[in-house]
Amino acid sequence: MLILSAIVFAPLLGVIFLMMMPADQPTSLRRAALVFSLPPFLLSLLMLVGFNAADPGFQMTAKAAWIPAFGISYSIGVDGISLFLVLLTTFLMPLVILAGWGDVHKRIKEYMILMLVLETAMLGAFVALDLFLFYVFWEAMLVPMYFLIGVWGGERRIYAAIKMFLYTMVGSLLMLVAILTLVWMHQAQKGALTFDLQQLYEFSAPLRTQRWLFAAFALAFAIKVPMFPLHTWLPDAHTEAPTGGSVILAGVLLKMGTYGFLRFAIPLFPLAAHEALPIIAGLATVGIVYGALVSMVQPDLKRLVAYSSVSHLGFVMLGMAALNSEGVQGSLYQMLNHGLSTGALFLCVGVIYERRHTRLIEEFGGLWAQLPVYASIFMVVMLSSVGLPGLNGFVGEFLILLGSFGVHRGATVVAVSGVVLGAVYLMWMYQRVMFGPNDNPKNHVLKDLSAREILVFVPILVMLFVMGMYPRPFLSRMEPSVNAYLSRLQQRMAAADSGVQLLAADAQPEIGGGGR
Amino acid sequence: MIPAPDISYIALLPMLILTVTAVVTLVADLWMEGPDREGLGWIGLAGLVVTAITAIAMWNTRLSTLSETLVVDRYGLFFTLLFCVVSGLTLLMSMSYLETTEIQTGDYYSLVLFSSLGMVLMATATDLIVIFLGLEVMSIAAYALAGLARSELRSNEAALKYFLLGAFASGFLLFGIALLYGATGNTALPEIGRRLTTVAGEQRLLVMAGMGLLIVGFGFKIAAVPFHVWAPDVYEGSPTSVTALMAVGIKAAAFAAFARVFMHTLVVFKADWTSVLWVLAVLTMTVGNVTALMQRNIKRMLAYSSVAHAGYLLVGMVAGGPDGGSAVLFYLIGYAFMTLGAFAVVIALGHRGQANENLDDYAGVGFRSPFLGAAMTVFMLSLSGIPPLAGFVGKFYIFSAAVKSGYTWLAIIGVLNSVVSVYYYVGVLVRMYMTEGTVEVTAPSSRPYLFATLLLTVVGTVLLGLFPSSLFEVARQSFLALH
Repeated sequence: MLILSAIVFAPLLGVIFLMMMPADQPTSLRRAALVFSLPPFLLSLLMLVGFNAADPGFQMTAKAAWIPAFGISYSIGVDGISLFLVLLTTFLMPLVILAGWGDVHKRIKEYMILMLVLETAMLGAFVALDLFLFYVFWEAMLVPMYFLIGVWGGERRIYAAIKMFLYTMVGSLLMLVAILTLVWMHQAQKGALTFDLQQLYEFSAPLRTQRWLFAAFALAFAIKVPMFPLHTWLPDAHTEAPTGGSVILAGVLLKMGTYGFLRFAIPLFPLAAHEALPIIAGLATVGIVYGALVSMVQPDLKRLVAYSSVSHLGFVMLGMAALNSEGVQGSLYQMLNHGLSTGALFLCVGVIYERRHTRLIEEFGGLWAQLPVYASIFMVVMLSSVGLPGLNGFVGEFLILLGSFGVHRGATVVAVSGVVLGAVYLMWMYQRVMFGPNDNPKNHVLKDLSAREILVFVPILVMLFVMGMYPRPFLSRMEPSVNAYLSRLQQRMAAADSGVQLLAADAQPEIGGGGR
Repeated sequence: MIPAPDISYIALLPMLILTVTAVVTLVADLWMEGPDREGLGWIGLAGLVVTAITAIAMWNTRLSTLSETLVVDRYGLFFTLLFCVVSGLTLLMSMSYLETTEIQTGDYYSLVLFSSLGMVLMATATDLIVIFLGLEVMSIAAYALAGLARSELRSNEAALKYFLLGAFASGFLLFGIALLYGATGNTALPEIGRRLTTVAGEQRLLVMAGMGLLIVGFGFKIAAVPFHVWAPDVYEGSPTSVTALMAVGIKAAAFAAFARVFMHTLVVFKADWTSVLWVLAVLTMTVGNVTALMQRNIKRMLAYSSVAHAGYLLVGMVAGGPDGGSAVLFYLIGYAFMTLGAFAVVIALGHRGQANENLDDYAGVGFRSPFLGAAMTVFMLSLSGIPPLAGFVGKFYIFSAAVKSGYTWLAIIGVLNSVVSVYYYVGVLVRMYMTEGTVEVTAPSSRPYLFATLLLTVVGTVLLGLFPSSLFEVARQSFLALH
């Protein structure tokens, strides 16, 4: 079907259009960018409508030969795992561009062009069903992000941009070697040279090889997530990036890592992945606690939110490491939550930074009375990030802990403390910024949110509530794919080595959707 | 009495056309008045186009002539076409570049054409002596070209250095040929290949020594570490368009002969030369990339980058077989476009009397000249191997061949080297887009030939990255023509 290709490449139409526009008309450039970010979103709503929730497999697939001599094809499709990540991307992009109206004042044309290029690359990576195609999008994503940080970022932007570029490149190039190894092994044993994901799913490499290949994939994705101790590029990148860049980085790019684990690293190398699950759970837990503790002492709002990402993505990885229906669904749900909540947190920080050109917590205090609309929105966003019941964050964390408790008990117990710590650092931050005496004269002139800014936040707030109160429509679309995914993993494990007690031993029986 | 060999003029046609064009440019120069020599460039381009058309027309034939010392097969034709493209683009950028230099002589154009003739000869020769002949035709023209900016000291230095070290390397090559002749009693590659299967004892030793000397000789021309020390000085000192020709054309010609001799004729000794090339590849990639990190002059940086790329190409040779061979051929096409393009940008930034070759001169250029900035971005990203550009696909094929042949560690070292290279390639972009500078940039459209060069190389780099399939098939067929 054409719709997925249309979603992926629609932003490029905007790129071509923007390229032809004169660079000195900021208003029309901004409007044009906004207009061109809408078609992908509208198309992806169509995709959602057309998505058959009962079908666990890939839908709306399209396939065309690209480099036939190597069995490489342009092959795309969505299932319950990638469906909402595509929507998240197309949903956030117009908001980010709208937010960029106030944030970006120089070289608007180039900024908007890069944003749209980035959107195509991210969407492509989420729907790619061919390893080569995925790799192309995965790497292509890096370039616009690098420029967004490097050109429009803060003081140490160049350092941050290059650090991000190099970190990611190390991981992804080793993954490329692993991809090649896998593909040639598959060819040697099955006779067919292919990069097609679904065919490679069926192939089991020997355990020893799987360990190496999984390690290479895991390294690439763990850097992107980022998992402790590979997270050090993230605070720099986040802090230096312009607001829009931070939102996309937190909202979508980091999901690329967790999605990569789920879509590629684990199902391609199930035996090795199963061995590594305790390590992943352990590192995820360390990340949860470490990220929260470091967040707590950050004097800079943006750095605080950046470290909170490390903590939140720890939860995503913990849920995934459970490899049961609750854990994986919770993990997927939490990816969306984090995209919305942390994206919105960065937008909140952006609002205040635009007005004061500082992000230091100590500069603020008592803003509640002066910026009531802003303060209310910030509070909802903050509470959603804390995981307050009724808001989206709770659903995800609950499912993750539920799924993980039976599998990685110790890790789960420690991770729960991360929930508490999360409440501490976020609420403390909120308290210091919003409550107390408003005694900094520089803050006395601050204006509350403009209509445009409110327009940026409203859709996100709506989603925070919807996802918090009525998760059913989301989970019901994820569940068939997740369950099919897990049972396929179990089958492969059982088939691969019946002598070794593997996943079957500690996998939870699949429980229906009741109680959620 | 030695019987006169049969000459098939049809088989020689591409080379004859090139020779005639080169001579015509040389003579036409006498009738040119004033300093403007663009007309000669047009003659050269026309000659190259006719050569290319002839080569395409001969694609489905396989002719040999002059007692089988020259074989016009797809392998040779592939390189003939590649050299036509490389020399054509070099001439095109020269037509803008020479205006800003003191090089106002017609010799320039005919020297480029003679050098290209040498390259074609190297790629079509199937006799070691003729390969040597091609190498010398190519190199002697290049020695002269390097020193053409006569009043510039560094150009003189480049020419002298290149000549002395080049002569030395030629000596190695010739000695290697002599030893192989000693072991097999022949200089014709097919005959050597046949006799190598039966050599034993002392003869084997001779072959080993001969191979080692050939590797030194070719290693010099492709600028493989440790035979690369001439490259930075020569690249920096030579007129920029000549540097581009050296970095692309001469390297590709050397690889054409190198691959023909080693991957085909000496294939029975593959186990022996592979281990040497493995070490050379690792050294070349690593030293090239790491040294490039520290450069402040863009031509020196590109020189080390071209050393590093020779390393990637060597990985393809180590991988061997049709996969490795066709990957090398494909890589050379992509490498040609992106490297020529990068040098065209270097030219675009220079003015008369002010070369602007320091990396710091690139500060802020990206926004002051969006086209130049975008073009350089494409070349730098392609050179560092970011998809979907030619450089990435080339690396993909090469490393894929390496992994398939079991050289996984070599592939890992290769990709880690790519990470290192990102730092300096992207460093150019950092300067262009993330710092402010003062260097004045002429609008590229005011120099139409340069503009055309940039446009062609950008389009080549991007299209080759997006749709590599058909050209890879051509590369594969060309390499298979060796067998």
